[in-house]
Amino acid sequence: MTIVDPKTERPDQADLDKAADRPEDADQWTAKIRTAAVDALPPQKLLPDRQPAYVASWIYVFGVATVAALIVVIGTGLVLAVFGPNWWHVSPTGLFVNSLHLWSVEVFMFSMVIHLWGKFFMAAWRGKRKATWITGVVSFLVTVGAAFTGYLSQQNFDSQWISTQAKDGINSTGAGAIFNVTNFGQMIMWHIVLLPLCIVVIVGIHVLMVRLRGVVTPFPAKGESPGGDSGTPVATGAEVRA
Amino acid sequence: MPAVALVLGTLFGSLIDLNRPGHYIHWGFVQMSYANLLVIVLMIVVFLAAILIPFKSHKGDGR
Repeated sequence: MTIVDPKTERPDQADLDKAADRPEDADQWTAKIRTAAVDALPPQKLLPDRQPAYVASWIYVFGVATVAALIVVIGTGLVLAVFGPNWWHVSPTGLFVNSLHLWSVEVFMFSMVIHLWGKFFMAAWRGKRKATWITGVVSFLVTVGAAFTGYLSQQNFDSQWISTQAKDGINSTGAGAIFNVTNFGQMIMWHIVLLPLCIVVIVGIHVLMVRLRGVVTPFPAKGESPGGDSGTPVATGAEVRA
Repeated sequence: MPAVALVLGTLFGSLIDLNRPGHYIHWGFVQMSYANLLVIVLMIVVFLAAILIPFKSHKGDGR
């Protein structure tokens, strides 16, 4: 966005300074993207110190709990990938890390469902937050697939049993031709490459959308001005430390 | 087996026996293990607690 000084019909110098180190570089795509990114998400908005007062509720904790669990899931998954199935099935440390991977997924799904319920009853898609809601829904669906392929990647009789039980269901959808649940190589690549990549990208976009639009406001109380009903922040000035 | 693991194993083992086939509820065409039902009930309990229990704010917020 270039701000033009109406008196001189020339771009504002401060805006040019923000776009590029040198004014003659302001029309480069790198400068334009950087300017658009900083305009949309300045550092104070990207990592704020304070939140509106209504965020001081336990129900707002479960979104960040989900992200925290995701970090543990990915960290333990990386360790499992380094040492392999002989380690995670036999060694005491391997069994422990394998359990951490399982239970962090349990916490992840648990927190995400409570986060989903909370946002559903807040109608958190209000106030131009449809994209935030949709990215949350898509990330939920992708994590179901990631959890399912995780069961298939255990490399034990349990995973073999689950794959043979699941193949008929998958085949009945017609997806079996390209998604073969009895193909271990394919399932583990989906589990450790494709789906984690999708989850991290979608959750990243979801969090950036939350930062961009802010946390949805509560519904107004009875008899209160419907200012917050659109979901747009109400300038009450009441804030709490993040 | 370390003593702590033995104690914890005995404690949890007395509450939840994982060495037997799972128990399932049958409700029409719906079939669900008691373990999954327990998780769903826990989620509802935690959801209600998150709404009802006051959140302690930082000191000095000037609220």
